[in-house]
Amino acid sequence: MLSKTRGSLGLALVAALGIGLVACGGDDESSEPAATEAPAASEAPAGSDAPAGTDAPAQGATLANFTPWSADAPVIDCRPEEGPLKAAWIYVGPTNDGGWTQQHDASRQAVQDHFGDAVETTYKENVPEGPQVLQTIEDLIADGNTVIFGTSFGFQDAFVEAAAAHPDVCFEFATGYKGADNLSQFYGAAEDTDFLAGMAAGAASPTGKLGMLASFPIGEVLRGVNAWTMGARMMNPDATVNVVWVNSWFDPPNERKAAEALIAEGIDTLGQKGIDSPATGDAAKAAGVPWAGYNADQSANYGDVWLTATEYDWTVYQIPRLQAILDGAWVAGNYYGNLSDGFVKLATFGDLVTEETRAAIQAELEKLTAKPNSQFTGPINDNKGNEVLAAGVSHTFEELMSMAYLIEGVIGDIPAG
Amino acid sequence: MNSNIFVIIASSAIFYGTPLFFAALGGIFTERSGVLNLGVEGTMLLGGVTGAWASQHVPGSAWFTVLAAIIIGMAAGALTSTLLAFLCVTLRTNQTVAGLAITIFAGGVGLSSYFANVWKVAEAPVDRQVRRLDVLGWADVPVLGPILFNQTILTYLSWVMVVLASIYLFRTRFGLQLRAVGESPQTADAMGINVVKYRYLHTILGGALAGLGGVYYSLAIVPTWVDGMTKGAGWIAIALVIFGFWRPSITLIGAYLFGALQSLSSTLKARNVQISGDVLDALPFFMTIVVLVLVSTRFAHRRLGAPAALGVPYEREER
Repeated sequence: MLSKTRGSLGLALVAALGIGLVACGGDDESSEPAATEAPAASEAPAGSDAPAGTDAPAQGATLANFTPWSADAPVIDCRPEEGPLKAAWIYVGPTNDGGWTQQHDASRQAVQDHFGDAVETTYKENVPEGPQVLQTIEDLIADGNTVIFGTSFGFQDAFVEAAAAHPDVCFEFATGYKGADNLSQFYGAAEDTDFLAGMAAGAASPTGKLGMLASFPIGEVLRGVNAWTMGARMMNPDATVNVVWVNSWFDPPNERKAAEALIAEGIDTLGQKGIDSPATGDAAKAAGVPWAGYNADQSANYGDVWLTATEYDWTVYQIPRLQAILDGAWVAGNYYGNLSDGFVKLATFGDLVTEETRAAIQAELEKLTAKPNSQFTGPINDNKGNEVLAAGVSHTFEELMSMAYLIEGVIGDIPAG
Repeated sequence: MNSNIFVIIASSAIFYGTPLFFAALGGIFTERSGVLNLGVEGTMLLGGVTGAWASQHVPGSAWFTVLAAIIIGMAAGALTSTLLAFLCVTLRTNQTVAGLAITIFAGGVGLSSYFANVWKVAEAPVDRQVRRLDVLGWADVPVLGPILFNQTILTYLSWVMVVLASIYLFRTRFGLQLRAVGESPQTADAMGINVVKYRYLHTILGGALAGLGGVYYSLAIVPTWVDGMTKGAGWIAIALVIFGFWRPSITLIGAYLFGALQSLSSTLKARNVQISGDVLDALPFFMTIVVLVLVSTRFAHRRLGAPAALGVPYEREER
C-alpha cells in the first residue's frame, strides 16, 4: 500500500517536472508593454487614427534603397481593427548570442521605444531552421500579430508559404530573395563593410596568412568572404585567407574549435562571416591573434585583439516600414541598404588598427559610400584561376546576390551540397 | 613539429575529452550503485550555467573565483541529482523516465537557459576562466609539450581522479560494498549495507562530477555561456560508461577517443581536406550508436561487468 502511494507521488513529481519545462521553455517572451514616454518623433500618428490607406503615397518613393516588387504592387493593409499594431520577430538563436540575434533584438527594442503604444512587439528565439518555423508563424498570427519579421535565411520558404496563406499579414524577411505581394526582403551591402574590415585584418597580419570562419556557402556569405579577402589583399597583395565552413550560424564550441585549428595551422589573423557568436574572438584572445568580428561591436570585451567588424542598423529599415503600415501605405518590395543610409557601418576600431590603416580604410569607405559594391569591379579572378570579371566590368545586382565563387587569395573550396 | 596533425588532434582529444570523462566517471559511480542517470545532459548544463554565473560574480582573486565557480557548479550538479535520487531511490519511479525528465527540465530549453536569462550570464564573456597551463614551461616541447604539458588544471585533476576512483572501486571495502549494492541489493541489504544511503551518495557524487563537466564547458572551452552548449556531451558520457565497462581507466581512454572525433572535423577542415563536415560532425554520435550496439548483447553485458541491478528500484520486502 505504502509503496503504491509512493509510486504515484513519484509519477506526479515527474509530471510536474514536465509541466515546469513547458512553463520555462515553451513560453515566448513578450516584450515589456510599451515604454511610458511618448514616441520620440512627434509627427508620428498615434496608431489607429491614421488616415485610411488608399490615397497615401506608396512608400517606395520615400525610403532610400527600397524598390517595390512592381510598379503596381498592391498596398497591403495589415493594421488591426483596434488596439496597437502587433509585430513579431523570429530569431534563429538566443537573444543573448553576442552577435546576430542580439543585434536584431536590440533593433526590435529600438522600434518598440520609437513607436511606444502604437506598436506592440514580441519575439520568438531559438527557432530552428525547419518545420517549426511555419508553426511558429501560425502561432504568432493566432496571437494577433499582423507583421512578422524573419531574420534567418533558412526561414525563407516557410515565410513564402505563410505569406500565401495569410494575404492580410505583412511579412518582412531579412537576407532572402523571394518576394510576394505581402512579403518584402530587406538586407544590405555588408560586403562593403566586410571589405573595410578585411583591410584592417590584412594590415594587422604579420605574415599575410589570414583565416576566416564562415557559416554556409550561400550568396550573402560568399560575398562577405570574397570582399573581406579583397580588402586584406588591398593592404597586402600576397595575403591569403584560409576559410573554414562551420555549417552553422550559431555553434560557439565548434566555432572555437575551428578557430583553434586555424591558429594551429599558422594563421595569424582571424575573421568571421555569417557566424553569430564571438567564440572566434575567444580563441583569438587566448592565442593573442588579431580578430575582426562580425555584426557586433566587441571592442570592449576583446580589446587586446579587436580590429573592427561589420555592424547593421536594422531600424533604418524597420522604423519607416512600420510607419508605412500605420499610414496604410505598405507595399512589398526589396530593400538593399548600404553605407550611405547607415544600414551598415563599421564598428569601433581596436588599438591594433594603426592610424595609417585607418586613413586607408576611410578613403575606401568614402568610395563605397558614394558607390556601393564598387569593389566588385574587374579584373577579378576566382581561386581556380578563372576570370570572373574582365577589367572595368561590375556585377549586376542579381549576380552579386547569387555569387557562387571564391575569389583569388582564398584557400579553400565551396563545399558540395 | 608541434603543428603535426597528430599532435594537434592528440592535444585537442585530451582537451575536449576531459569534460566527457568527468561526466562519465560520475556515471560509473551512479550506475555501480544500481541507478541509471539519464539526466546527465541537463545536470551538466545546470553545472555550466551556475559555474559561469559564479565566475562572473564571486569576488576575490582570480584563483579563488575560479575555484568557487567549480565548487558551485559541482554543487548545482549534486543538487540536481539529489532530486533524481529522491525520485529513483525513495519514490522508486521508473529510472528511465525520471532521468529523461531531469534532462528535459534542466536542459537546453529548460532551467539552465532560464537561469542564463535571469542572471544575464551570456551578456558578457566569463573572464575568469580555467586556462591552459604551461606546466614546467614545457608546453613547447616537441610532441609531448602540447599534448601533456599544455592542458588545464582540470585535466590534471582528472588524471588524479582515475587513480583514486579505481582504488576506491576495486581496492576498498566501500567500493566492494558499492558494487554489491549494484549487483544484488537484496544480498547487500542482508549483509547490513545501507542500500538507500549508498545509492543516494553515489548518485549525488555522479551529479557533482557531471556538474564539473558542465563547468569545463562554460569556463574552459567557450568562456561565454551559450544555451545548450554541451550539445549532447551528456549522452556521449552515458555511452562512455558502457564503452569503459564501468571502469574509470578504460573510460578515460574512451573519452579521449571521442574528444579526438569531436575535434577531427575542425582540424581537417583547416587543412582543406575535402570531407563533408556533416559526416565528421556526426561521427561521435555514430560511434556512440556502434558502441552501444556492440556492448548491449547479453553476452557482453554479462562479461563486461554491467551492474546486475542497474535500473531496478530496490524494494525491501514488506514485513
